Amino acid sequence: MPIRKLLIANRGEIAVRIIRAAKELGIKTVQVHSMADQESLAVKLADEAVNIGPPHAAKSYLNIEAILNSAKATGADAIHPGYGFLAENAKFADAVVAAGLIFVGPNGHAIRTMGDKVAARVAAEKAGVPVVQGSGGRIDDQAEARKIAERIGFPVMIKAAAGGGGRGIRIAASMEEFERLVPQASAEAQAAFGDGGLYIERVINNARHIEVQVLGDGKRAVHCFERECSLQRRRQKVWEEAPSPVLPEDIRAKLCASAVELTEAVKYSGAGTIEYLYDDASKEFYFIEMNTRIQVEHPVTEMITSIDLVREMIRIAGGESLRFKQSDIKKSGHAIEVRINAEDPTKDFMPGPGTISNLRIPGGVGTRFDTMLYDGYQVPPFYDSLLGKLIVWDETREQAINRLQRALSELNVGGLKTTKTLHQVLATDPDVRKANFHTRWLEGWLEANAKKLKEADAP
Amino acid sequence: MSKEILSPLPGTFYRKPAPDKPNFKSEGDTIAVGDVIGIIEVMKSFNEVKADKAGKIEKFVADNEEPVMAGQPLLELS
Repeated sequence: MPIRKLLIANRGEIAVRIIRAAKELGIKTVQVHSMADQESLAVKLADEAVNIGPPHAAKSYLNIEAILNSAKATGADAIHPGYGFLAENAKFADAVVAAGLIFVGPNGHAIRTMGDKVAARVAAEKAGVPVVQGSGGRIDDQAEARKIAERIGFPVMIKAAAGGGGRGIRIAASMEEFERLVPQASAEAQAAFGDGGLYIERVINNARHIEVQVLGDGKRAVHCFERECSLQRRRQKVWEEAPSPVLPEDIRAKLCASAVELTEAVKYSGAGTIEYLYDDASKEFYFIEMNTRIQVEHPVTEMITSIDLVREMIRIAGGESLRFKQSDIKKSGHAIEVRINAEDPTKDFMPGPGTISNLRIPGGVGTRFDTMLYDGYQVPPFYDSLLGKLIVWDETREQAINRLQRALSELNVGGLKTTKTLHQVLATDPDVRKANFHTRWLEGWLEANAKKLKEADAP
Repeated sequence: MSKEILSPLPGTFYRKPAPDKPNFKSEGDTIAVGDVIGIIEVMKSFNEVKADKAGKIEKFVADNEEPVMAGQPLLELS
């Protein structure tokens, strides 16, 4: 049943992104919002808006009942969860369906399977996707755990089965340390996630973060090539690109095929991302996890494939079959996205809200800026610090970085501190130019380049 | 006249370190300069609020999980 009216259960730039896709499909839009987001761009652009509660997300954007009531009151027939908030909440997905509405995303079962790290790992192994050598499942028995750690070889990583977003991870360099950390990690996981279950994995040093975009309709799946997001700070991505600058063509084919196999194995419906670690030295890749939602960095894939991923996920949710064969999907050129956050790069990325002034948005060929900003907009202090994403495309990576520099020089966001200068300095760095980095590279670079950042940030 | 402790930042005010933990301070407690009286969450970053005055807490003006502006009173002291 095609969707006629879509409720957006999110905020910020992704809410704007979803409204745009819906409008182009001729679908009416309902924007739910907290009291702090009354004046948001998404509220202004949507056909209707409903206030669902106080600023605190737990009382508004995470309030399942208020969101379902708003859908009923406005006659919406579908809900798009965006990313974050309720996007990977299986209970929410089930509740939306139970209320007779369409959830724009996979079903609760798929979210549950891929959301549990151990279950996801087992599903990946079953589909023939390589996983990091490890315990294969939860470790329940200390003696068995010791044996497995011995076999893998130190250092080993101890992870919480229910963890996520980089939380609940410890590294043990020796058996002595391992024996000390396991009970600690279990107690911490129990307190943080209500589940003390652990599993262990081999540590892969200097790995890259490479992820594959997939689309499925519950029967069949295709991939839209990969993104590389190795530039991270505290496990948060800051600079993303497509395709990966280092992946040999034969490895790319294997990696993307493995993502399609896993997507089809779990009968996945909608847009999803399968994340891997990639080891430059051995040219091996390992499954980490699947994100069962649209991701922040999806535009780089859109730029190299010319596929509107948000539009496709809405069409699939509305009951259409995948419109593409794998051979229809071609990549061209190189795209880079940088995150413009309301953070001060010279003060340990301290976030700070403010009122936007003197806004100048970059334009020109191959340049896109996804944002919710406008002049006079008061950025509320209650949500994350993402203000916008600058995305550039060009024929080659080198030209894309040049275009990025040109676009960054046009961008002006007055009224608060942003991460613009971080990206300006990164774009001049010889290692970044050569794509000579891994997931821990940026943190060391930030320490070594603190002075450079301060100088670049000086008015 | 009663003294007040003002919020140093805009954001969400928390009276406890975690949802399942007790409040940092209660009404009736005597506090010293530098005591942590709460946390302000600004864009997912958590900042301790330390007392810049000493005294006995008469009442909390801001509730747990309440949105606050910079300069808004959090509690009254006597």
